[in-house]
Amino acid sequence: MKHLNASTFEAVTCPACGLLCDDLKIERNATDQLKVTANGCAKSIAFFERTPKESKPTIAGAPAELKAAIAKAAEILRGSNQPLFAGLGTEVQGMRSVMSLADKVGATLDHMNAYSSFRNTLVVQNSGWQVTTLTEVRNRVDLLVVIGTDIVSHNPRFFERNIWNKESMFGQDTASREVVYLGGQNLDTSHGVSPNGSQPTVLPCDLEKIPEVTAALRALILGKSLHAIEVAGIKTTDLQALADKLKAAKYSVVTWVSSDLNFDHAELSIQNITELVIALNAKTRSSGLPLGGSEGDYSVNQTSTWTSGYPMRSRFSRGIPEYDPHHYRAETLLENNEADAMLWVSTFNPEKLPPKANMPSIVIGHPNMQAQVNADVFIPVGTAGIDHTGTMFRIDSSVSLPLGKLKNSDLPSLNTVIAAIEAAL
Amino acid sequence: MLTKLSGGKVYDPAHQIDGKVMDIYVRDGRIVERPRDEEKIDQTFNLAGKVVMAGAIDMHTHIGGGKVNIARMMLPEDHRADPTQHSAACRSGCGHAAPSTFTTGYRYAEMGYTAAFEPALSPVNARQSHLEMGDTPIIDKGGYAMIGSDDYFLRMLAAKKDQNAINDYVAWIMHASQAIGIKVVNPGGINAFKFNQRALDLDEHNVHYQVTPREVLKALSRAVHELGVPHPLHVHGNNLGVPGNVDTTLKTMGASEGYPLHLTHIQFHSYGTEGDRKFSSGAAQIAEALNKHKNISADVGQILFNQTVTASGDNMRQFANSGLASPHKSVIMDIECDSGCGVVPFKYKDQNFVNALQWAIGLEIFLLTDDPWRIFLTTDHPNGAPFTSYPHLIRLLMDKSFRNDMFTKLNLDAQAMSTLNSIDREYSLYDIAIMTRAGAAKLVGLHDRGHLGVGAGADITVYTDDPDREKMFAKPDYVFKDGELVVKDGQVIKVTWGHTHTVKPDFDRGIEKDLKQYFDQYHTMNMENFKVSSDEIAEGGRGGVVVQACEGRREKSE
Repeated sequence: MKHLNASTFEAVTCPACGLLCDDLKIERNATDQLKVTANGCAKSIAFFERTPKESKPTIAGAPAELKAAIAKAAEILRGSNQPLFAGLGTEVQGMRSVMSLADKVGATLDHMNAYSSFRNTLVVQNSGWQVTTLTEVRNRVDLLVVIGTDIVSHNPRFFERNIWNKESMFGQDTASREVVYLGGQNLDTSHGVSPNGSQPTVLPCDLEKIPEVTAALRALILGKSLHAIEVAGIKTTDLQALADKLKAAKYSVVTWVSSDLNFDHAELSIQNITELVIALNAKTRSSGLPLGGSEGDYSVNQTSTWTSGYPMRSRFSRGIPEYDPHHYRAETLLENNEADAMLWVSTFNPEKLPPKANMPSIVIGHPNMQAQVNADVFIPVGTAGIDHTGTMFRIDSSVSLPLGKLKNSDLPSLNTVIAAIEAAL
Repeated sequence: MLTKLSGGKVYDPAHQIDGKVMDIYVRDGRIVERPRDEEKIDQTFNLAGKVVMAGAIDMHTHIGGGKVNIARMMLPEDHRADPTQHSAACRSGCGHAAPSTFTTGYRYAEMGYTAAFEPALSPVNARQSHLEMGDTPIIDKGGYAMIGSDDYFLRMLAAKKDQNAINDYVAWIMHASQAIGIKVVNPGGINAFKFNQRALDLDEHNVHYQVTPREVLKALSRAVHELGVPHPLHVHGNNLGVPGNVDTTLKTMGASEGYPLHLTHIQFHSYGTEGDRKFSSGAAQIAEALNKHKNISADVGQILFNQTVTASGDNMRQFANSGLASPHKSVIMDIECDSGCGVVPFKYKDQNFVNALQWAIGLEIFLLTDDPWRIFLTTDHPNGAPFTSYPHLIRLLMDKSFRNDMFTKLNLDAQAMSTLNSIDREYSLYDIAIMTRAGAAKLVGLHDRGHLGVGAGADITVYTDDPDREKMFAKPDYVFKDGELVVKDGQVIKVTWGHTHTVKPDFDRGIEKDLKQYFDQYHTMNMENFKVSSDEIAEGGRGGVVVQACEGRREKSE
């Protein structure tokens, strides 16, 4: 990111979704209000243009000095046998400090998006997968198959930046790229329309039928013949045509958003997708591409994995890291009183509020959360990418980017606060 | 503070010291001259009878970056069997094939290692590699930036850009990714796989760029040399694991036309096609060639029997091998018009003919290569075995009867195909100190590490001389890192942050004009964000970047 003058920034990285576009132009006026002036989208505008409210730390709802709030938070954690750290809306540097504190106090860790990101994790742990990254897509894709999602609700600029980009490295006319939407109902498929007007192929079905549709497509790609004439309302001949297209493509990309595959054991459908991709690679090239991502979910998973060996969800209560994406779900632990204190973190988004908890609770997050939070301790912190620097991973996993500081802020960073709590234990 | 290490038996090959009893003095993290008599010595360690060496250096070990973290993420079953407990000094974590970063740092230090180098730092993923290495305590680290299949470089080669322009790009990559070396993996092959090529021999053309691996090797080895980078081009050759690849490897030695090359995990590239099973040892030919070509060095990439995971930039070969995965899962990736990766768990078995012969081939290469300054002790962690098996490997090299006992337990057909038990050589402590200290420091370009001379960083390991070399090297009495006692009796007692070693060769920054255009046109990332800053590496009080000296740019080679 380049600081052009007092109030204009170019090449700003946006942490509002998993794409981490780093070409935004942002202006800052005399009252520190930010405005996205180029390459914005609905998500980045909501993120950067949100007006932060005046906010102070509180203890039991009453304003307090930061030092006192930190001491009180440390006291709560000292008195806890089974602390739960949840929400975890942060980036790498924040998560580094959370991991250190969790190890020290024996906490259980759950990210607010773990319910969906572990669908992908389970596939990696069960069968592995064959995947690609955004710059490869931008330059190589000739057939994009989108399963059960419109993508743009999560990653608004995906098509603009990676499919309908004007130039590609290998002489391809990008407007000739083919897009197929498979599964889901009433999706916004307008972004799949090529600049030359070509319409995408749309094969809709109910979301919960995706398991059988992906299984059927995988079977067809493996050369099996189906007796059924249709699968979940999609004609078998249409699925066969899609299978043939995938086999004929030179670099197909099959994509999904794990949070949209919101049905039981969606990991098995993702596995159908990734296994059909692997089958295609016997003859041609094809890759999966998990999309989506928000609230630092992938950054938290990465940091947790290198630090402890495990992605979300995990616990440290026995002095060693232990991994169980099912049992360590925050809501379940709270319902069953299997935690006795909660630390909730949401630094990017004031709307991500903690679940109700009948136990001492600490909330560290966006200043605009204050009014809605009813916690024993609330500590407002800055947001990485606006108030202070940070590091974040893109959803395609290989790329991580620095987040910039766009204004001076009195708010401390999450890692400063967490480190202070750890020091005060 | 002045510390005296008194009366140890010192092995310091950089100064031709072979087991001489002497004192070493340490002040402010450095080894210093013997002080004047009136100076107060703050603490003395009586090392009479102990073996003293510089801290060991692992010059090729996959400890940080995307593929390592994929390996961690995909193997919870491996971690569960080897948890490490939170203690007063140490963070909790897990070990075995792909250990957590903190455990990696502790376990290296506990074996007397004080530096480790990530050999496949993909430039687009360099930030992640440094983040992970930044969370790897105690030891120093660094990385070799992996190029040669990146589209920018191949476009230059296809456009026949002059060597100086290539040198500028290579230097730019080293700055941007904070690297100390340059590595090439399956030269041009990772790129060719994206165009659906499934193999690429040394003189075979990439279908799109119409360039060959030989041209890649020549351009890059020359660039590294002309930039004055101390570490020669680090080469993971074509055809890894393919029977008959010994011919490719022998040809590769000549491909740089005299420029220095380091051939990594050469064991995996030393296979013939003789015998009933068309798989045989090429070790004798490889060792003979290494003995002859003084511009070539190699590390072995020894395999040892057990569960591990293979993590490589070579997605072409990893895809081909994914059917052999155990447990049956693998991750294969194309990455950012930059590189690729493949992660395949593997279980090497002593009753498997191929695995048993691989084991023997690695040891044959160690024992038949004459010059310990040009052959290095690695398992290509975790690809051949986890780094924690080094003490066992050292015993295999130093103890012929132990080695032969192991050999007789192997698959019988493999025994019949190997000459290992007819080789009498045993490595000496001095040889081990060369391979794992002096030679490794010289090869990587660490001017102040790997030796015990005045001015060196006080990275020092003290062992009890034990005829069981595995026991001896597994558990040093003391390990000092930058003069601080970090390990006692094989246990971490103090946690420090090590340095990140880099080189920063001179280059013409004019190259950024073309690079910026390339990024803007084709990439999904701004060129400025591709660069990893020194501040990022030092974040949170972690060890900072150390710039090791380059030899100065040479415009023209002879």
